[in-house]
Amino acid sequence: MMNKLLLTTVLSVGLCLPAIAAQVQPGETLAENQEYTYWLLDAIKSMDPQINTDVEGSGILRALFEGLYNEDQNGGLVPGVATDHELSDDKTVYTFHLRDNAKWSNGDPVTAQDFVYAWKRLADPKTASEYAWYMELMQVKNASKIIAGEAPVDDLGVKAVDDHTFEVTIEAPLPYFPKMLTHASTFPVNQKAIEQFGDKWTEPGNLVGNGAYLLKEHILGEKVVMEPNPAYWDNEHTILTKVTALTINDENAALTRYLAGELDRTQIPAGQYPRLKQEYPDQAISVPQSCSYIYMFNVDKEKGPAALQDVRVRKALSYAIDRDIIVNNILQGGQAPSYNWTHAATEGFKLPEIDYAKWTQEERTAKAKELLAEAGYGPDNPLKITLNYNTSEAHKKIAIAVQQFWKGVGVDLTLNNMEWKVHTDKMQNQDFEVARYAWCGDYNEASTYLDLFTSYSGHNNGKFFSERYDELMKQSKTAADPNPMYTEAEQILAEEMPMAPIYQYTKVEMIKPDMRGLGLNNLMQNWYLKDMYRVAN
Amino acid sequence: MFSFVVKRLAVAVPTLLLLIVISFLLMHAAPGGPFTQERALPPQVLANLEAKYGLDQPLWRQLVTYVWGIVAHFDFGPSFIYKDRTVNEIIAQGFPVTLTYGSVSFVVAVIVGITLGVAAAIRHNSWLDYLAVGISIGAQVLPNFVMAPLLLLTFTWWLGWLPGGGWEDGQWQYMVMPVIALSTSYMASIARLTRASMLEVLTSNHIRTARAKGLPERQVILRHALKPALLPVMSYLGPAFVAMITGSVVVDFFFSTGGIGRAFVDSALNRDYAVMLGITILVGALTILFNLVVDVLYGWIDPKIRY
Amino acid sequence: MAIDVRAMDRLAEGEVKGRSPWADARRRFFRNKAAVAGMVTLLLITALALFGDALAQWSNEEIDFTVMGQAAQLGQPSIANGHYFGTDDLGRDLYSRTLQGTRISLMVGIVGSLIAVVVGTLYGAVSGYVGGRTDQIMMRIVDILLAVPFMFVVILLLVMFGRSLFMLFFGIGLMSWLNMARIVRGQTLSLKHKEYVEAAQATGVPTFTIILRHVVPNLVGIVAVYATLLVPEMILIESFISFLGLGVQEPLTSLGALISEGARTIYYGTTWQLLWPLAFFIATLFSFFFVGDGLRDALDPKDR
Repeated sequence: MMNKLLLTTVLSVGLCLPAIAAQVQPGETLAENQEYTYWLLDAIKSMDPQINTDVEGSGILRALFEGLYNEDQNGGLVPGVATDHELSDDKTVYTFHLRDNAKWSNGDPVTAQDFVYAWKRLADPKTASEYAWYMELMQVKNASKIIAGEAPVDDLGVKAVDDHTFEVTIEAPLPYFPKMLTHASTFPVNQKAIEQFGDKWTEPGNLVGNGAYLLKEHILGEKVVMEPNPAYWDNEHTILTKVTALTINDENAALTRYLAGELDRTQIPAGQYPRLKQEYPDQAISVPQSCSYIYMFNVDKEKGPAALQDVRVRKALSYAIDRDIIVNNILQGGQAPSYNWTHAATEGFKLPEIDYAKWTQEERTAKAKELLAEAGYGPDNPLKITLNYNTSEAHKKIAIAVQQFWKGVGVDLTLNNMEWKVHTDKMQNQDFEVARYAWCGDYNEASTYLDLFTSYSGHNNGKFFSERYDELMKQSKTAADPNPMYTEAEQILAEEMPMAPIYQYTKVEMIKPDMRGLGLNNLMQNWYLKDMYRVAN
Repeated sequence: MFSFVVKRLAVAVPTLLLLIVISFLLMHAAPGGPFTQERALPPQVLANLEAKYGLDQPLWRQLVTYVWGIVAHFDFGPSFIYKDRTVNEIIAQGFPVTLTYGSVSFVVAVIVGITLGVAAAIRHNSWLDYLAVGISIGAQVLPNFVMAPLLLLTFTWWLGWLPGGGWEDGQWQYMVMPVIALSTSYMASIARLTRASMLEVLTSNHIRTARAKGLPERQVILRHALKPALLPVMSYLGPAFVAMITGSVVVDFFFSTGGIGRAFVDSALNRDYAVMLGITILVGALTILFNLVVDVLYGWIDPKIRY
Repeated sequence: MAIDVRAMDRLAEGEVKGRSPWADARRRFFRNKAAVAGMVTLLLITALALFGDALAQWSNEEIDFTVMGQAAQLGQPSIANGHYFGTDDLGRDLYSRTLQGTRISLMVGIVGSLIAVVVGTLYGAVSGYVGGRTDQIMMRIVDILLAVPFMFVVILLLVMFGRSLFMLFFGIGLMSWLNMARIVRGQTLSLKHKEYVEAAQATGVPTFTIILRHVVPNLVGIVAVYATLLVPEMILIESFISFLGLGVQEPLTSLGALISEGARTIYYGTTWQLLWPLAFFIATLFSFFFVGDGLRDALDPKDR
């Protein structure tokens, strides 16, 4: 009754080898020095997989722990602790087969019970995880009720059939479920260590992990040091001997230190890419990253400004933004000007025809003026509106430029910069008119973006509602090929313009030329230290 | 003197309490909380979190619990953002760092500042005086957030002499730039103060007497002029020392030293209530302590002062 | 950022005697070359800040799209394209931005200092004049507030209530009236037993009127000195707040904000973005310090 599926057939990215561990290419010789130092903007907030919430922390967690699946250099799934899985006929029961040689750093075997423990821990209200909603997003059975405290934790749809068989029941078929398993919050944790050390279990020395690296040192706001984990099942293929992550709050200072040879990888500040590319062509890189930058309009009937209720005004505002200037003259890091919501490189996603994307900026500006005039705004009655943005050099520059673009079509924009918590709080309470917003995909599939504009999404801060849109997104969950629905949903967004798309992200970085295995082609920009190595020049 | 110290310490307690209450209320009045994030948390998750950290309690009860934790167990609570750590741990890690480079900066500022000030006063209206005044005003008005990147550019990038940041348990090469960036403006203030008061003392009667007695100039200055001249400087040192510790935001920001200056600003921005309160109390207590130390020293230098 | 409080106290204790103390003071002030140079510089900067916009070819918020994105190559100071001081990273004219920033910085400095002066003078005068238990309580409050790390409170205020010019002035003024109050109180104590004050008391003039009419005017000298020295301190504090990203809202700017931006991009060869605003900043602060020192020397009776 179970339908045995090979991992590769579930996932569309072709992979011919079980690409695990560092893949030293033919012709490459390893460098003698295999130490790697990279930049962190902020201190790591938590080393606990179920507590961590940020991207930088996830990078380190992927080294200290290993989930059911990993991602390869292109973002395709490869075996992690699980070697493969089966899916029931009704597509709601996943049975994962775990490898029998996976070990914790204290020598214990990694078993299905560890996953059961970790997943229940994530959903447990007592853990109070900020990522508990990820269990809901994965639609694990009873997750919502458990988080709400309406059902006991043991009701969670996870089961250890035996030591090496882990079974998950989800509430409805979810085609991209396996892709969600590379997220750090689903990683197993060692019950023994947690019970022994309590809140202190993530300290170096206490932390028991099943990943390729061990935590050696963690000084808040200064650095994290990791070394290979001899107990890791594939330790013989781990190449980097020491990895250091340095917290440097100022990206310009970080770049200086990179250039002085103290770092092997750092971010390039906005606007500096062209110059660095010219000076260091083999070090400056710009690769697509799954995030989308927009200005969200508040179309809430009660709290939003009356002007933004008018779709003509929203369109005019969107048309008047010269995205080419923003990406080419401000950001200058190979970002793509954007006229839609989903990142264009998202797997399987087909960009719809969006008319204004093909116009010239003169045409767009002319159209914007025309629409504003139709809506009753003009030189004697200028549209007055406020933009909220949070503190950041790049956000500020874009906001200032947009102020000038909109001035060009007779819109009087007031800039309102606030620090991040205030910005977020105001957005979530619909206390804004236009607000800067960005969304990064949780997994490489268009629904991670498009779900946001459904009426039932918790992140739809502008309160845009469209019945047809909701309907499409609901259908897409069970459809064999959801992509036509995604395309239509994007068309609705272009027609209704609940937000003005601005650009799609790239990761713009300086990386030492001898570094390999960074997974730069992976749109999610998830890297694995165990895959990295340095080559001799 | 003992009763003076006791009296001052008795006032310190209500002062700190007042500080706690004001900061506490300010923080809770601010929009957004520690768990406000770009991806709004589902209401039940938020409720679970608030229950865990006691944020669902009425404000007055949270305040009482907090103060009681400090009084009874010296426990400043858990960090809401760095969830693996308590406030005590965060301060225990960051404060020694700040204290180390703060103290070194303080000593450097005092020694260089006083030397410069005395030298300028002795050679009043000479080129040395003008140079010292020029340097000290210049140093005083050059903000340290300008100096820090300039130092990085010069010593790390151009010359390659010093590492661009980190702490590494306070090895000297990691301390050079933080100390320069932090001490310069205080050094300048001390120099200006010393010069002004030295000039005044040098024209006073007892120095004229000392000179008239034919004492060597060196002795006049070191034995008779310096001590009274330093009195006004003393009163500046208490606040300066505390300011060096709170001013460490810039140093932590540019040189990744991991001190509490940056931790404070971060906690304010992140609404990490407990960390913010903890550091505010620490700095408040230090301020009180150093003002007291200065006053005691003052009495020791100048016995005419009565408590 | 030191203000020589002890020297102030000393000044406060001294009594200004003589037939025309103000004329004497003026003469002494104008003999002090540094102070005069400072005053002239200050006047020039103020004039430029107020009227220099007439020469500007760009407003402080206009973006020069021909320069935008290539500030390092095309944005250097040039008479030809009208950017006398060059442009910032976005291609905005640094000349008009520097002038506008100077206006804000001067305003913050002066208004912050005025708040300190008004609150501090009144508080100190009332405390000193009324005396007794009121005096004790009022001074104890000042002592307590002096122990509060005010930079922290300012950051808290700005974070908590969002930023606005008002909040900025409020926060900065809040930090600085305490020392003023102490100095003024000391001075008032000595004024309290003057004949004209006692005469006013005897004729039944209300207390508050006496404070305003007879006490406060006699504090002008010391208050002026302190206020002058407070201005650069305020400007420095504002620059630190700007560095933290909590300063004035774009498109407005301040010298502190411009310097902070310029300093962060110093690595990329756009030195004019730091140097021009920094020159204005340093010149302004230097001048205030010199003028303040000059005023103090001029008004200090011991130097006669």
